[in-house]
Amino acid sequence: MAINSKKLDEILDLYPSKVKRNRKNHIVVRDTTTVQEIEANTRTVPGIITNRGCAFAGCKGVVLGPLKDMIHIVHGPIGCGYYAWATRRNKAQSDDPKNNYISYCFSTDMQESDIVFGGEKKLAKVIDEVVEIFHPKAITISATCPVGLIGDDLNAVAKAAEAKHLIKILSFNCEGYKGVSQSAGHHIANNGLVEHVIGSGDMEEASGKYPINLLGEYNIGGDGWEIARVLKDIGYDIISVMTGDGSYEELKNAHVSDLNLVQCHRSINYIAEMLETKYGTPWLKVNFIGVQSTIESLRNMALYFGDQDLINKTEEVIAREIAVVESVIDQYRMICQGKTAFCFVGGSRGHHYQGLFAELGIETILAGYEFAHRDDYEGRDVLPHIKTDADSKNIPDLKVTQDEQRFRLKLSPERAEELKEKIPLSQYKGLIQDMKDGTIMVDDLNHFETEEFIKILKPDIFASGVKDKYVIQKMGIPSKQLHSYDYSGPYAGFRGAMKFAEDVANSFISPTWNFITPPWKNEPLLEGKIEEGK
Amino acid sequence: MLDGTPKKIIERHSGGVINPAKTCQPIGAMYAALGLHGCLPHSHGSQGCCSYHRMHLTRHFRDPIMASSSSFTEGASVFGGGANLKTSIKNVFTIYNPDIMAVHTTCLSETIGDDLNSIVQSAEIPEGKIVLYANTPSYVGSHITGFSNMTKGIINQLAESTLEEPKEQVTILPGFVNPGDMREIKRIVKKMDIDYVMLPDTSGVVDSPMTGEFVMYPKGGTTVEEIKDSGNSQITLALGSFASADPANALDKKCGVPAKVLHTPIGIKATDSLLMALSKSFVREIPYDLEEERGQLVDIMTDTHFHFHGKKVAIFGDPDIVISLTEFVLSLGMKPVHVLTGTPGKSFENEINKMLTEAGIEGNVKAAGDLFTLHQWIKNLPVDLLIGNTYGKYIARAEDIPFVRIGFPILDRSVHSYLPVVGYKGAIRIIEMISNALLDRADRDAKDEDFELVM
Repeated sequence: MAINSKKLDEILDLYPSKVKRNRKNHIVVRDTTTVQEIEANTRTVPGIITNRGCAFAGCKGVVLGPLKDMIHIVHGPIGCGYYAWATRRNKAQSDDPKNNYISYCFSTDMQESDIVFGGEKKLAKVIDEVVEIFHPKAITISATCPVGLIGDDLNAVAKAAEAKHLIKILSFNCEGYKGVSQSAGHHIANNGLVEHVIGSGDMEEASGKYPINLLGEYNIGGDGWEIARVLKDIGYDIISVMTGDGSYEELKNAHVSDLNLVQCHRSINYIAEMLETKYGTPWLKVNFIGVQSTIESLRNMALYFGDQDLINKTEEVIAREIAVVESVIDQYRMICQGKTAFCFVGGSRGHHYQGLFAELGIETILAGYEFAHRDDYEGRDVLPHIKTDADSKNIPDLKVTQDEQRFRLKLSPERAEELKEKIPLSQYKGLIQDMKDGTIMVDDLNHFETEEFIKILKPDIFASGVKDKYVIQKMGIPSKQLHSYDYSGPYAGFRGAMKFAEDVANSFISPTWNFITPPWKNEPLLEGKIEEGK
Repeated sequence: MLDGTPKKIIERHSGGVINPAKTCQPIGAMYAALGLHGCLPHSHGSQGCCSYHRMHLTRHFRDPIMASSSSFTEGASVFGGGANLKTSIKNVFTIYNPDIMAVHTTCLSETIGDDLNSIVQSAEIPEGKIVLYANTPSYVGSHITGFSNMTKGIINQLAESTLEEPKEQVTILPGFVNPGDMREIKRIVKKMDIDYVMLPDTSGVVDSPMTGEFVMYPKGGTTVEEIKDSGNSQITLALGSFASADPANALDKKCGVPAKVLHTPIGIKATDSLLMALSKSFVREIPYDLEEERGQLVDIMTDTHFHFHGKKVAIFGDPDIVISLTEFVLSLGMKPVHVLTGTPGKSFENEINKMLTEAGIEGNVKAAGDLFTLHQWIKNLPVDLLIGNTYGKYIARAEDIPFVRIGFPILDRSVHSYLPVVGYKGAIRIIEMISNALLDRADRDAKDEDFELVM
């Protein structure tokens, strides 16, 4: 049932020749004996039925939206704001619920006249109203497709409004057509937060021990809270989370931490790098999905700080959690053992969940991302070899320099080198390293390929998103949404692993799958006996 | 919940929206295109729109929603998306082989002024295949406008008048309603023994059965032959003026089929009007089956009226649905004191105000409104019941109001799209939903000594 290059060619031959040439570079059958490259972060083939979204979704929907104490105004016609309203499950709670805008949707609702005469004045008025009604501490403005075309100057509007209202107002030129996917939006959001928010707070030193930031964690279904529960038990001082349940107030002081943890490399690595340059804060790639990955991440963190008390406390908490988790996972593994999975998610989970699947005895036989770059597939070592193509060259690269007052070397160069031997400090090895021979890596998987690969490889479960879910289920195959977690969660951390195991096992043993074929399809219409000899 | 929303109303004049009660045109066009058999909707813009629209429809129907996109890049956005659309047409027909591609636009392709007609004219379209198109600028109207525009586009490009005399057949434009509603409307028309063309018809497409096989183009949907034949009908019944009047008028203009615009047949009055229109146009007696259903409905209305009478209601959603719902709750003796749609249109306010005036009720009525406004109204004049789509749940929770989900989208409950709210059957279902909501609340709030077995 494996796919070799001949079989792959047969599938690709069904494409028009131009599409075939394009797509074959985005599909790799894993061969661990050679160094393999994949093409990624290039334009989507028109009409191919991609799963991708746009830069606006990456900026407002993913990175900015979860910041609960900022009002996020979408400058555009109503759709963009509407669809990004409460559809990603980035949970948030506040001591002051009046200052938590997570259930709101703010839009300038551009009309034809705004397209013709420009929407700057309307945007300024909307800001005035929102300030008068809600008194927020900070506002973001996100651009949508037509805004760039008609030439509205968001930055100028933001500056004027900031001077008028004396609160922080940030603008983001994340028009949907920028770049080739959500990824461009991540980059645009990262630039804005580093330039205007992080480091604008007054704190010079963290008050607690082991101050850290958690980057690229959006608290889907409470993931961030489960991770924080364990980190706080160990004794870490979490300065900020970017950006799940995150806040403008916390983010301002993110510069005081001694270490940045990076969960989703794709969406936040820009900030991680810039904070290292600007404040000297190293970053560590972590993965809190799966029991073993969580343990490894906690141990790597302890090793980074190198404090024996911290190392001891880390082991104590791990032992405490394992005592609860192991028997639960064992029980579900009996149901899942020996099954196979496809894992195709945005820009990070396509990799992160493979370990958790493996802990349940499920092998991932196809994996990929909608919009990751080559470094997420092949590891950061390929970064110098990645060429920015014409479609992405207009995404600004923010250059930061050492902050003269606040830069501190958190590690000596010698110690850093020593640690890099042991832990992924400023490093991400990429998805491909964890994939076995014969498995398949697909970038920007589309509907056609989804159907073809399912027909050949017959996975027992397909982890993907809501657009795919019912397509896959119609084929009689369980589909697990790994964006929304099918409205369950958390899936991160120790308790998350248990919840995930339960949900996945239940999807296999649900009685409903037994009813797909009606009984009359398996039985002859007439019953009777054939008498021998007649 | 929604703690930032103050009771004190500050008039807002910016035109901005807080918590919309509408979305943008293309999703309506995508839904309409799904109502054609063998059709793949295509979104001519950047791909974010297409993904959002597919996701949202998927969440409402819990069924696959297929559509392709031109996937604009920055280059195409500046220099035009003609090449993207032509490539899409080639790729879609080669890889996905629909009978029809139905192209709609977004604010992006509209702002840059792509000329769909000339792009499609110069595209290579395989023999026997059809590419339809409609302009659906997101900065005009709402998703209902998009539904209307796509339906109009389908008619303009496909409907034909080929006969000297019209057929004894009705063209039904059901409007932006669920497949369960379309099935119910068809059942009623069949009961009347009248031939029909329903356009669009998403039943059998977005409520398709589980068979163990994924079928990209399910059995349902109006066929090309039927659409063509819609031009031969004796009359068009346009159900819901916002969604259906424009396409009905287009059919009149193109094929001379006279249009009659009716309310979406939600509630007793609107259903009566539909049956009367069918009966009068085709000289058919209304069969006993339907009269029995109506009698059952009135029986239920009478049996239960004391549960509803005088209760204050807030209703929001899409204009055609809300107009009919308002009429129905008035028939039940309730008081619709806040009525709002996000879709612009003075006729909405006029119609609702007329109904309220006739009933002697003073209420807040607004087209092009938002849920922030509705919430503030409710804070100032509390209600006993809220009726609307899923987004109402935040207000219902914040103000502790019994809540009935009717309309689009419903993202947090299942089954709703399979069962009708139209017709007498649908009206009976609505009464059940309303009374369950009110009586569940009465049970919840009752003291032990007031807790009733029989209600």
